[in-house]
Amino acid sequence: MASKQVLGIFKTADDAALATDRLKEAGFSAQDYQVLTGAPYPEGAFGEEIPKHRLFAFPFFGAAVGFTVAILVTAGTQISYPLVTGGKPILAIPPMAIITYEGTMLGAIIMTIIGVIFESRLPRPFTGLYDTRITEGYIGVALKCPDDRVQAADLVFRQSGAEDVKHEE
Amino acid sequence: MQERVAMGGNLQEVEQKVNRDLLISVTGSVPKRFWVAVALMAFLAAAGFGAAGYVVAQGLGATGLNRPIMWAFFITNFVFWIGISHAGVMLSAILRLAQAEWRRPATRAAEIVTIFSLVNAMLFPIIHTGRPWRTLYWAFPYDFGRGIWPNVRSPLIWDPSAIITYLTSSVLFVYVALIPDIAVARDRTTGIRHQFYSVLALGWRGYPRQWRLQIIAGFLLSALILPIFVSVHSIVSWDFAVNQSVEGWHSTIFAPYFVIGAVHSGVSAVVTVMIILRFLFKWEDYIRPEHMDALGRLLIVVAITWFYFFAMEVTFGLFTLENAELGLRSMQFFETPYSTLFLVFIIAAFFFPVPMWMFKNVRRSFFWMTITTISVNIGMWLERFLIIIPGLARKQPLSFSWSTYAPSVPEILMVVGSFGFVGMSILLFAKVFPLIPIYDVKEGEILRREMKIGKVTIPAVIREE
Repeated sequence: MASKQVLGIFKTADDAALATDRLKEAGFSAQDYQVLTGAPYPEGAFGEEIPKHRLFAFPFFGAAVGFTVAILVTAGTQISYPLVTGGKPILAIPPMAIITYEGTMLGAIIMTIIGVIFESRLPRPFTGLYDTRITEGYIGVALKCPDDRVQAADLVFRQSGAEDVKHEE
Repeated sequence: MQERVAMGGNLQEVEQKVNRDLLISVTGSVPKRFWVAVALMAFLAAAGFGAAGYVVAQGLGATGLNRPIMWAFFITNFVFWIGISHAGVMLSAILRLAQAEWRRPATRAAEIVTIFSLVNAMLFPIIHTGRPWRTLYWAFPYDFGRGIWPNVRSPLIWDPSAIITYLTSSVLFVYVALIPDIAVARDRTTGIRHQFYSVLALGWRGYPRQWRLQIIAGFLLSALILPIFVSVHSIVSWDFAVNQSVEGWHSTIFAPYFVIGAVHSGVSAVVTVMIILRFLFKWEDYIRPEHMDALGRLLIVVAITWFYFFAMEVTFGLFTLENAELGLRSMQFFETPYSTLFLVFIIAAFFFPVPMWMFKNVRRSFFWMTITTISVNIGMWLERFLIIIPGLARKQPLSFSWSTYAPSVPEILMVVGSFGFVGMSILLFAKVFPLIPIYDVKEGEILRREMKIGKVTIPAVIREE
């Protein structure tokens, strides 16, 4: 069966939290809805589960790539044009360590940014059902439900104190 | 219902006020004085770029550079702006990691100061090469045809690797933190501006997973960027410290001394910028006397630490009784014009501002904080000048001729123009993006409560951890 989105707009966090409780009572699961806010609220404020993510793996991967590339560039350029200075070894470790350090950190940061965007499920070409009041202090509860349960969801939102309820056309 | 005590009204009224105030430059009309400031900065920047064009066209003979003083205003300005850039992200990162509540209005301004200062700083060594278009050959290993590569043993190659890392990291750091605020701008604009913000917002909706990632990213990126910040100015200091031919620069303390000096000048610059923005955009509700008070106290700690390193650098330089070190100090302390500049430097960077900051009324005064922080940066610019020019002006083992240095008009214009360029860039950025983090301020309001203890009611912040 086709599914549609329903968006309830609430004035207070208490009403939005009540709505999520009632959605669960009405048989909807936590995966069916998202609470949309214009600012970060304390975790669990709307009874949501703490989202799991793998962001911490990204900087390690980026650091490994950055380290490898930096070693290859610094060692490769010195070996491909060997210039003996003061009888010292061709590969000068201290300067290589400096550039390798920078390369490692650069790789870690670039991959962290990619990780943040990826784990935040961005970019998202279409924002879906949305209301600009969410960035004005209102709280949105966006529910994805089968066509035949749209009216039930609408009722739950209104009974929980929604200021407005929008349906996907 | 949650009542907001700090700004009055309920959540919607507060958030609407925050949006209206902090997006005034984006969605509203900016005051006339904003455009006056932009025009002034643009004029200075144009003068600087014009002078740079003249130097490139005429060659370095158009400057006051002469053997053995081949690093002068260009490199002084380079080190100065690298220093300014450092406190920006440092301030933002440390305050985020420490969860300091008063960080909220300061972080983005600090990060933006970093970005434009870094871009500005990079221009100076490039122009200083005399043939800027050849810099690519010297800094990047891409010229496979010739088989000649940049010399990785040179600090002049460590510099671009560190600065490019720092600049890339800072830009990405700012962008990620901007995404929720770009979404606010997206929701309040129409037409082509709406499309512009929609693309940059990447479809942000603001659900708990996205907020959680946003907050973790703030901590994680702060932790990653701090070691870069330390490394960059250390590497800049090694341009001097590992330089074989100038004995006066052989100092093991240079790296930490430069880093703390960068923090001193950079935090001061952030304070100056915040006060200017407060004036231009009437952000009295967001940049308040208590923020200046906190920054003033931080500056006292930073300035005293910096002075400790400065004193150690001089003391142990003299303690060795080496001719080069004694000669350099003699030039700095007793020979004009350096002795006069030295006096101005130490008073402006330390003995004037620090005793002033001891007074609460000064720390909470926007006028005095402007004066003292500008004073610090005049002093810190002179500090770099007094390290570089007297160091080079003495006869060294490898120098066969030497003369004095006097800056030419194009060099002076380029220094002045650099302030115009950074100022103009920050103002134009503020026209397109909010310079105070909107969601951060809103979060502060959500967490803010009042506590009644006895007969007093005090503001309190409730945190989840």
